Amino acid sequence: MYGWIWRHLPGGAALRTAQALVLVLAVVALLLFVVFPWVEPRLPFTSVTVGS
Amino acid sequence: MSSTLDVEAPATDPRDEPPARHRSSGDVARTVVRGISQTLITLGLVALLFVVYQLWVTDLLAARAQDRLTEQLQDQWAGSPALDTPGATDPTEGTPPADGSAPPTHTPAPIEAGIGDPFAILHIPRLGDDYARVVVQGSSEVQLEQGPGHYVDTAMPGEQGNFSVAGHRVGRGSPFLDLDRMRPGDAIVVETADSWFVYRVLGDPATGEFTGDPTGIPGREVVRPSQVSVIAPTPGGGEPTGAYLTLTTCHPRYSAAQRLILHARLDGAPISKAAAPDGPAALAG
Repeated sequence: MYGWIWRHLPGGAALRTAQALVLVLAVVALLLFVVFPWVEPRLPFTSVTVGS
Repeated sequence: MSSTLDVEAPATDPRDEPPARHRSSGDVARTVVRGISQTLITLGLVALLFVVYQLWVTDLLAARAQDRLTEQLQDQWAGSPALDTPGATDPTEGTPPADGSAPPTHTPAPIEAGIGDPFAILHIPRLGDDYARVVVQGSSEVQLEQGPGHYVDTAMPGEQGNFSVAGHRVGRGSPFLDLDRMRPGDAIVVETADSWFVYRVLGDPATGEFTGDPTGIPGREVVRPSQVSVIAPTPGGGEPTGAYLTLTTCHPRYSAAQRLILHARLDGAPISKAAAPDGPAALAG
């Protein structure tokens, strides 16, 4: 998967590294600010209230 | 041959060209294994990132929410008519009532807060001299993301009944992380627009036992998540018999299997903010 992405990025090694870094940061941001906030209330770790 | 390659495709990765020979079964197996291992490594990294999110990123978000709520509350209180009583505008004078009577008993104004609105500040000296968290109305996840949340159907600070507040133990600023460090007799001070309310954790301060209160209500207990009687008007159940405060959080840490509950009772009359702008003595420790 990572090899496939690497091969499909244009440019030389330096340019590809920069693009790969941007892709990684984009995925991290997507996880931190969209996916995790959505997933969190559905997981059982964060319940602090009493109730049925 | 090699010179031809050098000239024709100097910038192309040789792997871009599909090999002319038929893929052997070994190649397929290698590709499959590589794909599985990369997926597993990726899942591991995502799980690690989630831990980072839960432990640190939510703290940052909650700290920002608390700052915003503090500002909102200060604005709200600055414009509150409850503080425009004589003496409140000039606390430096501090003159006692001129008519020679005992200081009038302070009657706090009733508090009304819509869902999500901040309405009080929780001070717990045991958890730090500067421990102060803005309490918002409502105890669903949206409110608890910002700070401790008040169970809507329970009493307001100082009222007869049970002022009950839920808060996160880990993540989201971890307001109630160290609730297990509380000891019997510890002060929990609630600040509202016009008053200070001092609650004390139930139990025997001399022995450190949480049991032994004449009412039979323990100062601390660990219960099942379904045990709603801990936030009943009198903790444990029954009609209101006093002004209580109850804090709920998850237990043990990093788990939601049980709930850690702290019960406290109002200690003394509410103190007017006009009389004590810097807070009651209990706040100092």
